[in-house]
Amino acid sequence: MSAAFSEAQVIQQSAAPSWAQRFASTVKRLYTRPASAFGASVFVIFLILALFGPFFAPYGLNQIIATEARQPPSTAHWFGTDNLGRDVFSRVILGAREILTLSGLGTLLAVISGTLFGLFSGYQGEWLDEVIMRFFDSLLSLPALLLALLLLGVLGPSSNSVLVVIVIVYTPIVARVVRSVVLSVKNKAFVEAARLQGESLGRLLMREILPSVLPALAVESALRFSYAIFLVASLGFLGVGVQPPSPNWGLMVKEGRNFVNQIPWALYFPAGAISIVVIGVNLLADGLKRALQAPGSE
Amino acid sequence: MSRPGNPEKPVLNIEDLTVAYRQGDEWLTAVRQVSLEIRAGETYGLVGESGSGKTTLVLAVMRYLSENGTVRNGKVELDGRNLLALSEHEMRKVWGRQITLVPQNPQSALNPSIRIGEQLAETLRVYPGLRPAEAKRRAIELLEMVHIADPERVAQSYQHQISGGMQQRVMIAMALSTEPLLLILDEPTTSLDVTTQAVILDLVRELIRGRHTAALYVTHNLGVVAQVCDRVAVMYGAELVEDASTRDLYKNPLHPYTRGLLDSVPKLGETKDKVQLRAIQGQIPPLGERPSGCVFRPRCPLAIEVCYERPPLYEPAMDRRSRCHRWDEIDRGEGERRKRAFRFGGKEHSAGGKEHSAQQPPPAAAQMSANRVDERPVVLNLQDLDVHFPLGRSLPELIRQEPPRKVRAVNSVDLEIQRGVTLGLVGESGSGKTTIARAITGLEAKTSGRIELLDVRLPAKLSDRDLETLRHLQLVFQNPEEAFNPYLTVGESLRRPLVTLMGKSNKEAEEEVARLLEAVRLPPAYARRLPGQLSGGEKQRAAIARAFASNPDLLICDEPVSSLDVSVQASILNLLNEMQIEHSNSMLFISHNLAVVGFLADKIAVIYLGHLMEVADARDLFEPPYHPYTEALLSAIPLADPDAEQEQIRLEGEIPSPTDIPSGCPFHTRCPRFLGDICVEEVPPWREHEASGKRYFCHIPVEDLLESQERVFVFEKQEQ
Repeated sequence: MSAAFSEAQVIQQSAAPSWAQRFASTVKRLYTRPASAFGASVFVIFLILALFGPFFAPYGLNQIIATEARQPPSTAHWFGTDNLGRDVFSRVILGAREILTLSGLGTLLAVISGTLFGLFSGYQGEWLDEVIMRFFDSLLSLPALLLALLLLGVLGPSSNSVLVVIVIVYTPIVARVVRSVVLSVKNKAFVEAARLQGESLGRLLMREILPSVLPALAVESALRFSYAIFLVASLGFLGVGVQPPSPNWGLMVKEGRNFVNQIPWALYFPAGAISIVVIGVNLLADGLKRALQAPGSE
Repeated sequence: MSRPGNPEKPVLNIEDLTVAYRQGDEWLTAVRQVSLEIRAGETYGLVGESGSGKTTLVLAVMRYLSENGTVRNGKVELDGRNLLALSEHEMRKVWGRQITLVPQNPQSALNPSIRIGEQLAETLRVYPGLRPAEAKRRAIELLEMVHIADPERVAQSYQHQISGGMQQRVMIAMALSTEPLLLILDEPTTSLDVTTQAVILDLVRELIRGRHTAALYVTHNLGVVAQVCDRVAVMYGAELVEDASTRDLYKNPLHPYTRGLLDSVPKLGETKDKVQLRAIQGQIPPLGERPSGCVFRPRCPLAIEVCYERPPLYEPAMDRRSRCHRWDEIDRGEGERRKRAFRFGGKEHSAGGKEHSAQQPPPAAAQMSANRVDERPVVLNLQDLDVHFPLGRSLPELIRQEPPRKVRAVNSVDLEIQRGVTLGLVGESGSGKTTIARAITGLEAKTSGRIELLDVRLPAKLSDRDLETLRHLQLVFQNPEEAFNPYLTVGESLRRPLVTLMGKSNKEAEEEVARLLEAVRLPPAYARRLPGQLSGGEKQRAAIARAFASNPDLLICDEPVSSLDVSVQASILNLLNEMQIEHSNSMLFISHNLAVVGFLADKIAVIYLGHLMEVADARDLFEPPYHPYTEALLSAIPLADPDAEQEQIRLEGEIPSPTDIPSGCPFHTRCPRFLGDICVEEVPPWREHEASGKRYFCHIPVEDLLESQERVFVFEKQEQ
C-alpha cells in the first residue's frame, strides 16, 4: 500500500514547472531574505511612484508658491519647499518617473546590445572575438563618468544624449558578463549535441545558450540599473545631462547645494531618494543572484 | 614487526551506528544501524554505490561529519575507546596517529607549496616527535618503502611535479608513517589509470599485510575489493546488507543486491553473444525516499510479501551476515529458478562461480559471429588520421624561430567499421580515444588523413558538413549530466533532431518523441520533464534516444557508462546492444574498461599515446599473442574473483607526454618486452596473426610472442 502511495507521489511531481511557477518561486525565495525583501520592496514602491506619481503628488511639478518659499518640512509641505517656493515632496515623487524611465530604458537597450555582442563574440571566438572584446576593453579603460562627459560634450546635453551615453558606457560591461557565461557553456555536451543535430547559429545562441546566461544577466541588469540611476543623477548634478526645470534628483541636489545652510531639506530629500533607490536596487540584484538557479538543481 | 592480530578484540568496533543529515526540518538517515568489527592486520572492504552511505560512515568514524550531520545512535570504538565521546582536543591526538586516511584525490590532499619531503617530515616531527634531521632521513626511508625509485628527487619536488600515481604513493607513505591502528583508504585508485592502479594495489597489499594495522578500504569497485580485502561489507541505501569473508561473498553471495552487483558487471572475456548482463532494475532511491521494509525491495527480483517488513541482520554462518529474509533460499539455490521467472535470468550462477550461458544467445549476435564481420560493407573508414593541437610558443622560442610544439593526440590511425559491427576502442586517459571520436564527429578538426563515412569523404570541420552527413553520425556523450540543456524539457531536446535532421513537422515529431522514449524504456510522460528531474541512468537513456532519433548508421559512444553507478551500467549496455540489433547500426564504443568493451564489441582496437597498438576480434583479444601493451593492460585489471589467476605484469615509469612521443615504438619506454635499439630507432611494422586475423604494432614476430606468452588470466578451472 505504501508503495502505491509513493508511486502516486512521483507521478504528481512529474511535469516541468511552467514559467509562471518559476517566477513565483523566485519571488518567494527573494522574500525569504530580509535584505532582498527590502530591496525588492523599495524597487516596487518607486516603480509605483514612477507610474502613478501625479496621483500622489500634492502639488504640480513646477508649481511655484512664492509666498511659501524656503519653508521647512511641515504637514502642508512634507519635505518643505525650495528656494523658488516649489514643493520638494512633489518634485521628488514626480522625479521618480523621469529618472527611472531614463535609466531603465538606457539599461534595457544596453543589456540587449551587450547580450547580442557577448553571445556572438563568445560563441564565434577567434579573431572576431578578439576585435570586439579589445574594442570594448578600450572603452572600459576610461572611467565611466569621464567617458560620459566626453560623449555629452559631443552630443550636447539632453535626455536622448543621456540615453545614448548609458548604452555606450554599459554595453561593454554587459557583453563581458554574457561572454564569460557563453565561454563556460559553449563546450558543454548539450551545445555540442545541438551542433551535431544541425541547429542553426541563431537557434544555438538563443535557444541553447541564452537560457544559461539569463540568471547572470538578470543580476547584471539589476546592478547596471542601479548604476544607471547613479549616472543619470551624477550627470544632472554636473549640469551636463538633463536640463532644468526637469525634476531630476541630481539636478535638484545641484540647485539645493547653493542654499544648503539655509534650506538643507531641499538637498537632503532628493539626495536621500537617490541613495535609497540605488541601495534598494543593489540589494535586489544581490537577492536575485541567490534566488536564481538552474531549475531542478536543488 | 608483524604481530598476529588478536582475534578476540577488534581494533575498530562500530556498533549500531546511525547517522543522519538535517535538511530543512527533515532528518535524512544516511547510515542506519550499521555494526562492523575490524581486527588488527585485517583489510576490510566497504563496498557501495553512490548514496549507499559508505562515505558518511567513514566520516562518522573519523568524526569529520559536516555541520548538518549528526550521529544519532550507536558507538565507534577504537581500541576500546569510544571516539564519539572524545573532545575535539582529544581527537587531535587520534587523527594522524591512530587513524590515518589515504584520500581519493591526492592532488588536493598534498600542499602545493611545500616540498614532498618536508610534508612527510612535518608529520614525523609532530608524531613520533623526531628531530628535524632524523625526520628528514626517515621521510626518505618512507619514500623508499613505497618503492619510489628516486626518493631524494621526489622529496625535493612539489606536488604538481610528480604524477598522480606517485602522489598516491606519497599519501600511503604518509598514512603509514605513524604506524596507525586504523588506516582508512577512501577510493584511493579511482582517479588513476588501470595500469597505475595495479601498481598501487600491489603496494597496498604488500604494506598492509605485513603490519598490525587494521585497514578499511572504501570503494565501489568489486574487482579491487577481491584483490585487496580479507572481508567485505556491502552497503546499500544506508544499510549494511551483507558482510562476509571475500571468498564467501564472491562465491556465494547471500543478498540479492550483492548477487545483482556481481552479475551486472561483465567479467573479462565475456561477450554479448555468450551472456546477457543481468541488470538490476530501477534505480538507487534518493536519501529522502527510501522504501519501507527492506530497502532493496523495489529493485529486488526475489521480493515477496514478507519483504515489506524490515529484515534483521541474519547470521547464516559464522562471521557471515545478510539482511535478507530469504537468504536461506538463496543459499539452497532456490532463488535461481525464481530469478529467471522474474526476468532477472540469463546466465547461471553455479556454486563454482564460473558462468556459462543458460539462455539462448540473441539471434542477431549469433548470426553476426557466424559470418565474418570483415566482409560486410564498410561504414566508417579512417585512413592515416592525425589530430594535433599546436601549443603557443614562448618569446625565446619565437625569436629562435623554433617550430611550434604540438600535442599529438592522434597519430596515423587506420580503422574500419563494418555495417552492424561494434568497434571497441580502449585506452588509458590521454591515449587520444576521445579525440578520435571528436575528430570523426567534426567537433574537433582533424589535422590530416581521411575520414570516410559510407564512402563519402567528410570535411574536417562540423560547420562544413551537410545535414545528410549529420544524420548518419550521432554521438552519445560521456557525462549524461551535461548532455541535456537544463532549461529545456526532455521532449523538446528529443524533438529537435527530428525536426532539423528528419524534416518532420512539429506535430509528427511530438508523436515520434513518445515512441523514442518507449524504445529506451522511459515512460512517455518524461517528455514533459526537465533533465534535472531525471536520474543519471535515465538521462543516459534519453541521450541514447536522442542519438537514435535520426536512425544513424554510425553511433559513437564516448564512455557512456563510466559516470554511472555499477548497478545502472548493465541496463545501459544491454540497451545499446538491443538498439543495435534493432537498427543494425555500426557503433564505435570508447571506454577505458576492457571488460565492458570486451563484452559489447565485436572488434577491439587498443590505443596508446595516439597510436593504435592492436586490432583484434573481441574473442581473440583475450588470447595470445598479445601486443605487450595489451598484455600489461589485461594483467592490470583487478578481477572480481578472488580465485582467478592472473599474470603479474606491471608497467614501470609514467606515460610520456603527448607533446613528446618517444621515437620508434611509442611504447618502448615502458615495454616489459623491450628488445633493444630497434624499438627506439625504428617504427614497428604491423604484424598479423594468421589464425585469428589479429593485427598488432610491434617488432616482435608472431611466433616469438606465441612462444613466450600464456593466457594472462584464468578464472578457476574451466568447467564445461
